[in-house]
Amino acid sequence: MAHFPKPAEGSWTEHHPGLGTGPVSYEDSISPEHYELERDAIFRRNWLNVGRVEQLPRTGSYFTRELDVARTSIVVVRDADGGVRAFHNICRHRGNKLVWSDHPGEETSGTCRQFTCKYHGWRYGLDGELTFVQQEEEFFDLDRATHGLVPVQCDVWEGFVFVHLDPDNTTSLAEHMGDLGAGLVGYPFHRMTQVHRYRAEVASNWKLFIDAFAEFYHAPVLHAKQAVADESRKLASYGFEGLHYEIDGPHGMVSSWGGMSPPKDLAMVKPIERVLRSGLFGPWDRPDIGVDELPPGLNPARSPVWGVDSFVFFPNFMLLVWAPNWYLTYHYWPTSYRTHIFEGTLYFVPPTTARERLAQELAAVTFKEYALQDGNTLEATQTMLESRAVTEFPLNDQEVLLRHFHRTAQQQVDQYLAARGAGSDGHAPASAVSLVAGK
Amino acid sequence: MSRLPPEFADLEPYAGWALRTEAERYAKRLASSMEELQEFYDAAFPRLEAAIEHCDRHPLDQLPEDAQRLLWLCYSLVNVSFPVEVWRQARVPDSGAAQLDLVVEPPI
Repeated sequence: MAHFPKPAEGSWTEHHPGLGTGPVSYEDSISPEHYELERDAIFRRNWLNVGRVEQLPRTGSYFTRELDVARTSIVVVRDADGGVRAFHNICRHRGNKLVWSDHPGEETSGTCRQFTCKYHGWRYGLDGELTFVQQEEEFFDLDRATHGLVPVQCDVWEGFVFVHLDPDNTTSLAEHMGDLGAGLVGYPFHRMTQVHRYRAEVASNWKLFIDAFAEFYHAPVLHAKQAVADESRKLASYGFEGLHYEIDGPHGMVSSWGGMSPPKDLAMVKPIERVLRSGLFGPWDRPDIGVDELPPGLNPARSPVWGVDSFVFFPNFMLLVWAPNWYLTYHYWPTSYRTHIFEGTLYFVPPTTARERLAQELAAVTFKEYALQDGNTLEATQTMLESRAVTEFPLNDQEVLLRHFHRTAQQQVDQYLAARGAGSDGHAPASAVSLVAGK
Repeated sequence: MSRLPPEFADLEPYAGWALRTEAERYAKRLASSMEELQEFYDAAFPRLEAAIEHCDRHPLDQLPEDAQRLLWLCYSLVNVSFPVEVWRQARVPDSGAAQLDLVVEPPI
């Protein structure tokens, strides 16, 4: 029984004819060879979100990111002109990792006037210029001007810092973010600077966790026990239907209702939620965020019961904007074909009272309880997919974003292989896997 | 020296829950029996509203030490509400191998 209208074609999936409606293969998530292709085809050829401008508050503020999937480490810094720059985190002398503390494999952050290599003391300015060489006269024809840090393309969208590891890239960040990104411009992300960041090492392919958060079909079942019993039964009988789905280039979004913030009936929610007036959808009492109207990309169905919009920005950045004026990001950083690091970050307007702080604490703890359930399910999925006991999987219409996401990832690998083939002997090699089951 | 504000002397037996970080609060939850979690919840939950009002006599960034500890204890109550109100066990059911660490948390 449909509660919300669908496109004229009868389904969200058929609204995008290229997606098909047949069963899909998950071979792309269980193949080490395919993962090696994704590292170059996807992670070295897309804009990647590596942080927020609030992490770089002043000149010389920096942070490093370990981008194992893209075979590098980068350092992102606020330069003397207020701009944000990124460099490969490698000293030009003999290749030592330039910025790290205690453990070379761990990310770090701080503020400095220049970068100094721990090994032989070579120094670099915030603009990447090589400014000092220890015993420079001992070198042979060393030109400092050509030995600066190797830059990485870096740009900022609505306060989100992105890098692109392909030096030949010509797609601007704004172009990459597309219409879905444009529809969010003006949202006051910069006011939401109270941060709770969770991190987990997850034993699944990175795409499986995006799948889990790109559909809400699972929510009434996997998370059934999180609601009070009567409410849980009701939610399960309704199931889940999105208010709206949108697909835009490699990206997608789902808009969802959210009757829990605040609930119509206090009996629907747990005792702690009644006292703290908060829950999964965030604090019920919405902070002032200084805008009269939300940007047009939010609540695209203009539904009075809107609760959250969930954006999948390809390849590994999800952005959830919640009706009660806060947002959440997810990042998925692969470390092998069957492992990745998940980051979930909640951003609130800074609280001014203990009451507001506790409402945010409840939302943050609730997020963790849900995510723990999601995370464990993934490991169970990964191991059974690898059994290959079943190789074809049906996806329903509420899973349209998964179908689109895996198809996009596959297309980028295919394009990469075609270009690589054309560049050598003109013969394009075939991808190791096919997204369509049975092929 | 009392660890909590004098008005909350009744919660002093549970002052061990006044923990600064989420990691400590979550670890204490996992290390406690359901009986211990229930006892803490039963003592602290009816006092939650009064605790908020007490803390909110001060700006959030200027809490006296005892009020800060009371607020930390309230964060623990939030954490413990899940086993008590929902799970009937300390751990999230079916979360066997999963872990999720809070790596950036608010200073207060």
